[in-house]
Amino acid sequence: MVPSELNPEKFQAYPPQAREVVTDHLTLLRQLPATFVALLLREIIVYDWKFPAEREDLKQQLAYLAALPGEQRQQLMLGFARLTLSKELEKFDWVNEPVQYAERLTAHLWATDQIDAFRAAALDYGERVESAQTTAPPTLPRLGIVVIGKGATAAKYPLFRKLRKQGTYFSQIRPENGVRILLDAVAARATAHPLPFGHWYIDGGASESLSCPGLAAISYDSLQPARAALLKRMEKVIQSGKGGPEALRTLMARLRPEDIGLSGGTNAAVLNHFQVSLLTEGSGTQIFSTTFVQWAAREALRRAQPVTLLARFAPRQRERPMDELIASPEQAPALDLEGSLIDADMGAYLTWINQQRLSGSEQSSFLVWFEDHSEALAIGPALPHGTQSSSPLDMRQLLGQIT
Amino acid sequence: MHGAGERQNRALAKGCNIRRRASPNAKSGSPQDISRAVSWSRREFLRAATGASVAGTLLTFPRQRAMGMPRRRKVIVVTFGGGARDEETFLPEGQENIPHLLSDLLPRATFFTQVVNRGILGHYVATASLATGVYETFNNFAAVPPQHPTVFEYFRKDLDRPALDTWVVAPSNGFHRIGESSDRAYGPGRGAGVILPKRLLTAALARSAGAQYEHLLRDNYETPLYTPELSGSEFELRQLEEVLKLSVSDFTAHARSLASPDELSVYIARKLMRQFAPSLLWITLHDIDIAHSGAYSLYLQGIQRTDRLCGEIWKAIQNEPEYAGRTTMFILPDFGRDSDTDSSGNGFQHHRTGDPLSRTTWMLVTGPGVRENSVVERPVESLDLVPTLGSLLGFSPRFAQGKPLPEVG
Repeated sequence: MVPSELNPEKFQAYPPQAREVVTDHLTLLRQLPATFVALLLREIIVYDWKFPAEREDLKQQLAYLAALPGEQRQQLMLGFARLTLSKELEKFDWVNEPVQYAERLTAHLWATDQIDAFRAAALDYGERVESAQTTAPPTLPRLGIVVIGKGATAAKYPLFRKLRKQGTYFSQIRPENGVRILLDAVAARATAHPLPFGHWYIDGGASESLSCPGLAAISYDSLQPARAALLKRMEKVIQSGKGGPEALRTLMARLRPEDIGLSGGTNAAVLNHFQVSLLTEGSGTQIFSTTFVQWAAREALRRAQPVTLLARFAPRQRERPMDELIASPEQAPALDLEGSLIDADMGAYLTWINQQRLSGSEQSSFLVWFEDHSEALAIGPALPHGTQSSSPLDMRQLLGQIT
Repeated sequence: MHGAGERQNRALAKGCNIRRRASPNAKSGSPQDISRAVSWSRREFLRAATGASVAGTLLTFPRQRAMGMPRRRKVIVVTFGGGARDEETFLPEGQENIPHLLSDLLPRATFFTQVVNRGILGHYVATASLATGVYETFNNFAAVPPQHPTVFEYFRKDLDRPALDTWVVAPSNGFHRIGESSDRAYGPGRGAGVILPKRLLTAALARSAGAQYEHLLRDNYETPLYTPELSGSEFELRQLEEVLKLSVSDFTAHARSLASPDELSVYIARKLMRQFAPSLLWITLHDIDIAHSGAYSLYLQGIQRTDRLCGEIWKAIQNEPEYAGRTTMFILPDFGRDSDTDSSGNGFQHHRTGDPLSRTTWMLVTGPGVRENSVVERPVESLDLVPTLGSLLGFSPRFAQGKPLPEVG
């Protein structure tokens, strides 16, 4: 299959909105290199379940490519067009299985020493698209809040080490009702500035009770049945001894929310597909709640580009040492409070980095707090960098300083 | 398509830069000097990777080893089959994780600050590339031998060494073919014995307790699926008693006291050292790769354990008469891990971006004839290991593509 052979009939299996996007841009797609088209289709095929921000990004990319004069477009695509593909990849049904194609393409690029050339082409493409786009600032300055260390006692590990030079370290926070104050603040933003998938609450344990329809909320605990169903399917493939990693990846790529017990209406479908992707694309998200929260926050920021995000880490299960596994293989693992605090501290840093990748980063604010303790760190346009404050503040007062 | 915001990402990387300015001429080996040298050299590598010029600072070293060196040299290579980043190891904030490397080994070592791996960043294929001196291109998750002759085959053929003189102790099932290549001129029966201690333990436990311990085989953190059938020349359970003179019950009893598979690997390596005193021993550690689970604290614990085990191996070398004073030890991760600021990755968790940090690591070499407390800042390649071993031990790795490192070989 080569792109010039593409026609509407080839996309019969696509969901309705995705099919419409493809049909509207068929002339463009026919002129692009196969590798690039396949990777674009990987995004388009799930268009029906994409967040508004990523739909907009995709449309802008397509509009940019369509508006480019032919010679410039050819030049932009040169890095992709020059990649040498195997016969197997050339024959692969990348129209209907673009995710699997991308997996195989990645392996091929590594094996044929073309990964650096691909990386260079992708970076160049990303830069040129970005410089051509007019990114509107967010409707209100972004606010990221990360709550770490639930259940942990005093930290032996120096917290916020990687973030301290970016903001102000507070050592005298009064922790009373801290989580509730933060949740109410997030809900208030969601109510005052309704945006589809613009406000998020991610919890590594069970969600706190919160009635706020404008808030996209997910939690590790609520996904327990889905995680169990997924692990069962994975085990089945593993125990069959057939297919290798490719079989497992194919299983993951084809998994639908209803396959693991997630169902609901239009908005729920978007969120359910997102949750499935967290469990199938994120390494460790099925097992460790700390990994789940970090990856969910990353993906929410990357894809939904929210203006508000509250990510609350909870303790993950303890990784049992070998001697214990031998002595009592069936024993349920306990929680690792100290390790979870360290995981979450790193997770907070990565979340801040991911928030800073979004538009309006100069105006964005960020808060990380050691739950039920007096330590917090805040970053914002009004706060000095690399400083400390020993002023006694409650959570409401602290929020007032950064928003 | 490729994570939006590369420009912001670069600005961010600049803003978050943890690297410090330092003299490019640091050549002594204190922790501060090492961190400065790593920092400076990585900047140069980054500059080289972006097309700017970089002047390699090839240091010339006196050939001390020519003066009264023992005739029968031994080599122990320790690789980490789970990349470790500078910021969790030799940079200031990471030094707390590697007290043994810093205090016990570095003062006695030549330290290469930038070892570049331009091959596939998967642990089995990358370790195979380290062992052949050629960037192998097979599927990382396939049960295949390296395509090019391994260092073990060169060593045995050129020096006419017996099978028991070279061994590999490796972490996971995927490594069971690493001892010998598919090259017809070398190949089956001409390589190293391979021991997979975890596999051995699972078999031993199943025999002694009748229980199933498949969970101990959850050792390939890159994919949860890969558990191929064993075949070839790996160490069979019955050989535990016949070759290592270790009863199954003693082996399992000792394993019950160990916290991790890497501790078991070092235990087996020490047994081999006592039993056969192999001249070429290759140990691949793997605990660090728990990083793929996304738990940062477990990744740090993996580094700390690996550091301690490196110290223990070094002590074992000093305590074994067959090794003391005649053994060169090489320690190197197979590659790095992704940087926190590359938007296509997820920080320490993986090594998938192919960014400069994931391709760059370090190497520490210590032993007789190797200059102590010394830092080499020029970029070298991971492929240089095999030619360096050839130069050191006196065999000719004719298909290897790297170059011997004059500071060592």
